[in-house]
This record gives sequence, structure tokens and C-alpha cells, in this order.
Amino acid sequence: MWMYALRRLVLTIPILLGVTIICFALVQIAPGDPITSLVRPDTPPEQIAALRAYYGLDQPVVVQYLMWLWRVLGGNFGNSIANNAPVAAEVMRAFANTIVIALISVLFAFVVSLVLGTIAAIRQGGIVDRLVTALAVFGISVPTFWLAVVLVIIFAVNLNWLPATGMGASGSDSFNYFVWDDFKFAIMPIVALALPPLAIMTRTTRASLSEILNQDFIQTLRAKGLGGFQIITHAIRNIMPAAIAMLGLQLGYLIGGSVLVETVFTWPGTGALLNKAILTRDIPLLQGTILVLAGAFVLINLVVDLAQSLVDPRIKRS
Amino acid sequence: MTDIPAGSLPVDKSQSVPSTKVRGYWGSVWNRLRYDYVTLFCMALIAAIVLAAIFAPWLSPMDPEKSSMANRLRPIGHAKFGLGTDEQGRDMISRLLWGGRVSLLMGIVPVFFATLIGGAFGIIAGYYGGKVNMVIMRTMDVFFAFPSVLLAVAIAGSLGGGIGNQMITLTVVLIPPLCRVAETATAQVRSLDFVDAARASGASTYSIITSHVLINVLSPVLVYSSTLVSISIILASGLSFLGLGVSPPTADWGLMLSTLRQSIYVQPLVAALPGVCILITSIAFNLVSDGLRQAMDVKA
Repeated sequence: MWMYALRRLVLTIPILLGVTIICFALVQIAPGDPITSLVRPDTPPEQIAALRAYYGLDQPVVVQYLMWLWRVLGGNFGNSIANNAPVAAEVMRAFANTIVIALISVLFAFVVSLVLGTIAAIRQGGIVDRLVTALAVFGISVPTFWLAVVLVIIFAVNLNWLPATGMGASGSDSFNYFVWDDFKFAIMPIVALALPPLAIMTRTTRASLSEILNQDFIQTLRAKGLGGFQIITHAIRNIMPAAIAMLGLQLGYLIGGSVLVETVFTWPGTGALLNKAILTRDIPLLQGTILVLAGAFVLINLVVDLAQSLVDPRIKRS
Repeated sequence: MTDIPAGSLPVDKSQSVPSTKVRGYWGSVWNRLRYDYVTLFCMALIAAIVLAAIFAPWLSPMDPEKSSMANRLRPIGHAKFGLGTDEQGRDMISRLLWGGRVSLLMGIVPVFFATLIGGAFGIIAGYYGGKVNMVIMRTMDVFFAFPSVLLAVAIAGSLGGGIGNQMITLTVVLIPPLCRVAETATAQVRSLDFVDAARASGASTYSIITSHVLINVLSPVLVYSSTLVSISIILASGLSFLGLGVSPPTADWGLMLSTLRQSIYVQPLVAALPGVCILITSIAFNLVSDGLRQAMDVKA
């Protein structure tokens, strides 16, 4: 177990390095020269050259990358072009808002998908099963930002039950998820985010559970005289490792994929930050946000793999 | 099977063996598809969407980019504008028809190039194995460290908007998963006896890949590509929604959804229309690829 954990940890390092290379490359593929966009058009060439040397842009790309990586490791992600504020602080503040609703969404989706998937697997061909099949197709086909717009149309415009956008009066800093007046702002983003993972997880739960239910040990349990409920608990325990793996993967996707949903709800998370960076062509901000999100995705995958090997000792992957 | 001693079974020699027609691979795929009505219906739907997009210039009743301040945000069922007008008074039917062109293009072109490039890398990695495999697949692993939407936003956000950049972005995003599927399929085929037999009989690597490996890798890769079409359409519409797609006057479903968002209090149904188009197209592509997977008997 410890050997596995250690090896998995070591294997994460090259991936993280690769992630930093891609994030560094983002600046390189962006059109336009970073210095000429910083200075006034009539700046003399000597001054531009001096600035270039000051920022290290006259160095070879590899040296630039290493310098950048060194700064990033020290927690310095550069400054945003728009307001010259440190990117790291801004991203971290937004990341907190994103991770909380992503976590709530994925847990909500996890519980609902376990229930729906189990019912569908037991009563195959029944009404819940058909509903789950339809939901699965809908969930993977629907553009989440459209779903978000439709939710706003139904619950904010027509029914007027929930607020359409934002985080309410308390704002980002004193937002309290346990107070209804605050939490109601989070409901629609959570539901819009939860639907695609809900659909996918329900489908996998149904598939893996129906496979388990066909195995011999279930027959043995039946022969021993166990009731339906006890058999199901045995079967569910068997699909847990796969379900947990799915949970982690979906959480990662939500963290990255929430950009569109957050834009619709103007939820002040990393998605809104990315949107701002795109609109103002603020490449350092874009780079820093992507780096944090991708790093989080890698770490979540790591944690999931380790959790999985704890839950299921049979896992010894190469 | 137990052995039956020869001659112990009475065989009626007067009765000829019933003639059976042996179907080829594609013949049997078609035979299975023929009775899959959901898939057939979705195929017809896709054909209709494609035709509507191709013939948009003739089908659309009005100029999709001609705005009219007097006719802003007309409701669905309006006498002159059947599906209403958008926030600049442009006819929704025309814009939806023209917008389908961009969306379909974004579904098909990136998947096509990603299949070519990703498939080629995957086959090379799977066939040669060893160091070549390690370099290619570990590079792909780095791309897998990004959720697909995030990778798309990152690349498109850096490159900037525009239809060409959008296509490049989507192609790059779709290459790694395709490469992985092709690599797995190739590695499985490679270890089979007939590949060894071909090599033993002196076939060159090139001809082994083109005439033995490719045909066996093709169906899993094609089935997987077909699932990516709807993903590509949704990703593209998402990028357009963020302003990273076509530039404004051009009609595009994602962009329309984004600009109509300000009008949900006035015309909620009109504002939801482009999304309905995206949803229907993407469901149709998803169901067809599910049907193809079953008909071609490829494991997910």
C-alpha cells in the first residue's frame, strides 16, 4: 500500500511538470508581443530592449521557462495586466468559490446517481430504468450553459423563486452556505453543474451494478437465503471503488468545466475569472487560473487513486 | 463439444444443405443497423440538419445578418418572423439555419483532423511500442491532466477568437483521447498471430500497418470519433458562448445563445432556441454513435 502510494506520488511529478510546460506555452502561442502591448507606441527601441531584458524576454525559451517555473514554485504567478494585482491571490479567492459549489454538486450527483442507478439496475426495463437511459443521453448531450440559461428562465424569470445571478448581498467574502438567503444564490449553479455528472454516474452505476448482480457470489447469497436489500448492500459495496473513481473524475471535470456555468450565473469563481481574462485578453491571469485548475485536477486524481486503493485492496496497478 | 464418432449420425443425403449467404463485415453491420429504428431515425435527422445547413442560403427566408431596430425581439409565431427575431431584429429562422453551418463544421472538421493525427500517433505508438510509445503516450498524458473544457478555453483564450483558431483548438483537444483509443487497439492487434505471420512472410512494416493493422483498428477508432462529434459541437458552442468563436455578425448557435441571454426577460422562448438546436443535434449524434457501436460490436 505505501509502496503504491509512493509510486503514484512520484508519477505525479512529471505530469505536473508537463502541466506547467503547457501553461507556459500558452503565453508563447498568444499572438502579439507582451512588451509592445505594455508600452506606448512611441517608446524608443532602446527602452523596449531594456524592458525586454528586465523581464528576461531576451533569454532563450528554455531559460525563460525555468525562470517562470521558479517564480511559480515560490507562489508568484505574475501580475494581472488589467489591474496589476498579483494573479495568485485573485485566483485563490475565486478558486474557493468554485471548489465549494463543485463539491456540493458532485456529492449531490453522487447520492442521486447511486439511488437512481440502483433502482434502474434492479428493475431493468422498468420505468426508472427508461428514465435513467433518457437522462443519460440528455445529460451528455446538453450544453451546460444552455441548461443554466433555461434554469434561469424557469426559476428566476417565470416562477421568480430563485435569484438569477451573483452571490447576493453578502458577496464573496462573507458568503454563508448555511444561510438560506445566501444559499439560494448557489442552488441553480449547483443544479446546472450537477446534471451532466449525475447522468454519467447514474449510467455507470447501473452498468456496473447489473454486472455484479449477474455474478456467482450473488447466487450464493441468494441460496443462503439473504433478502433483496442485503444482497443489494453487498453488490453496492462492490461497485464503490468504481463509483468513487467516477466521483473524483467528475469533480475534476466540474472544476474545469464550470467556466460556462459560472459565466451564466456571474458566480465569482475561477470560471468568471477565466471569462474576464478572455474578454480583456489578460494572458497572465488566464495562465495562472489554468495552472491552478489543472494542478487541482491532477491532485484530485491522485487523491482519488489513493482513496481507491484504500477502499479496494485488490487494486495494484502497474 | 463431445466427439461424435463418424457415421453414427444418420444424415439425410437427399436433403441439400440450406444455402446461406455469408455477409461481409459491413454487410452484417448494416443488417444490424437496419432494425435499429432509433439510430435510423437519428441518422435521418442528422441528414436533415446537414441538408438544412448546406441549403441555408436558399432555405432561409431573410438575410441572417440584416438587423432591423423596428422588429426587435418578436415572439415565436409572429406572422412575418416564424420563430421570432433576436435582439437586433434579425430573423431567427434564417439565423438558426445559417448558424447550423458553423456548428456542424465545428463538429466534423476538428474530429476529422484529430482522427487523422491522433489515429496516426496512436498506431505508431501502439505498433512500435518501447521508447516511441513512451514518448508519445506520456506526452498525451499531460494533455489528459486538463479537463477538456479547460484545455479548450486555455488554448482558444491564448490564441484569440476566430473560426480558424477555434478549429485548431478543438483538434488539439480531441487528439489525445483518439490517440489513446488507437494505441490500445493497435497494441491488441499487434500481438495477434497473423501480424507475426505477415512479418515472417516478409511483409514490410508499412504494408503490415496499412493492410493488416489499420483495418482492425478502424472500427473502434471510427466509433470513438463518432462519439466525439457531439462533444466537439458542444465544446465549440461553449467557446463561441465565451466569445472565442466566430465574430459577431455571423450566425452561430453558441454565440446566439450568448447574445440572446440579455433578452431572457423579454423573449425567454426565443432566447432558448439556439440551445434547443445544439441539444437536438448533439443528441442525434450521440444516439447514432451508440447505435454504430452496437452494430459494429465495439466495446466501449
